[in-house]
Amino acid sequence: MAKTPPAKTIMQEGLWIENPVLRHTLGICSTLAVTNLMVNTLVMNIGLIFTLSMSCTTVSILRNITPMRIRMMVQTLIISSYVIIFDIFIKGYLPDISEALGPYVGLIITNCIVMGRCEAFARNNLPLPSFLDGLAVGIGYSLVLFGVAFVRELLGFGTLFGFQIMPEAFTPWTIMIMPPGAFFTLALYVWLARTYFMPADKGMVELRVKG
Amino acid sequence: MANIEPTTLFFAAIFTNNILLTNFLGLCPFLSISKNVESAFGLGTAVVFVMACTTGLNHLLYYKILVPYDLVHFEYILFIIVIAAFVQLVEMIVERFFPPLYYVLGIFLPLITVNCAILGASLFMVIRDYTLVQSVIYGAGSGIGWLLAITAVGAIREKVQKANVVPKGLEGPGITLIITGILSLAFIAFSGMIQIQ
Repeated sequence: MAKTPPAKTIMQEGLWIENPVLRHTLGICSTLAVTNLMVNTLVMNIGLIFTLSMSCTTVSILRNITPMRIRMMVQTLIISSYVIIFDIFIKGYLPDISEALGPYVGLIITNCIVMGRCEAFARNNLPLPSFLDGLAVGIGYSLVLFGVAFVRELLGFGTLFGFQIMPEAFTPWTIMIMPPGAFFTLALYVWLARTYFMPADKGMVELRVKG
Repeated sequence: MANIEPTTLFFAAIFTNNILLTNFLGLCPFLSISKNVESAFGLGTAVVFVMACTTGLNHLLYYKILVPYDLVHFEYILFIIVIAAFVQLVEMIVERFFPPLYYVLGIFLPLITVNCAILGASLFMVIRDYTLVQSVIYGAGSGIGWLLAITAVGAIREKVQKANVVPKGLEGPGITLIITGILSLAFIAFSGMIQIQ
């Protein structure tokens, strides 16, 4: 077993250096769809951070008693349980948002980042570092999607969190709230980040096996 | 929703409500496998088959078991298990009886279990109250739509690769996202014809 890295390294790697969206372009499926409004993005990101950190912790606690051959299935079940908890929670307390998010909450289960972190980190590390890793990766992921949502809501509706920001005369860019807007915005972020902040010199970790 | 024509639903699932281009599902394998047409087509075919079968299977189990026993909160667990088990089964059958097919699809099948588009199709089917026939048609249509999108992007990426004009930072996922965005714009042009929600 590799030596557990210190907490600071875990946070740095998760938040920026190994940022799941900018570096690996992983796990964007379920969340990109709701980035046309900041509020939806916020709820979705909270759900992802919760699921990710808790599943990593649980996988790590059970790491010594999980049979190797069925570990994927066990991980999937752990992840699903947390997603169900979150789903019931928002159905109860935020029914409007739950309605708007539709099936995308359930799709956190197949978000590749969750499984990717369980496989790559939690499976070989102690519970506390695993929790921190899940938290850091989740926050790193959320920050980028917030960036996308910020641009899309501001240009698409002229609002942020539902408050009017742009002047009355501003013509909303309808394209930004339609699907292509999300693809273009994310592509721009990836481009900027890869050109100026994280040139792809480091060996790209191949985490891409999972859908 | 119950009275939507099967053919309408089929074409809507392929074009106007393309699961990849308008619902963003199945993006991860899409970004990493679409480097060339051949593997894109292989993965796409496997997705069509698995999606059509699992939506039907999930429909039956959801309405025959979960609804009568009031267990709908467990839909996620049920769906994901059905998908995983089905993929495993198909893999074994194909490996045993159709070795040539296994060489084509074999490596892609395990990838499919965690493809969000498959689970997404099942969840949409529940939310939109499709009947069994509609579900299978929707699953098949979505699968074909996904196949169409990934094959098209695979072909475009091959050409882009040859042209060698992409800036360094945009290589890989960046340019793929932009291509997908343009493709998505093209598909949105169809959306005036049919609408399903």
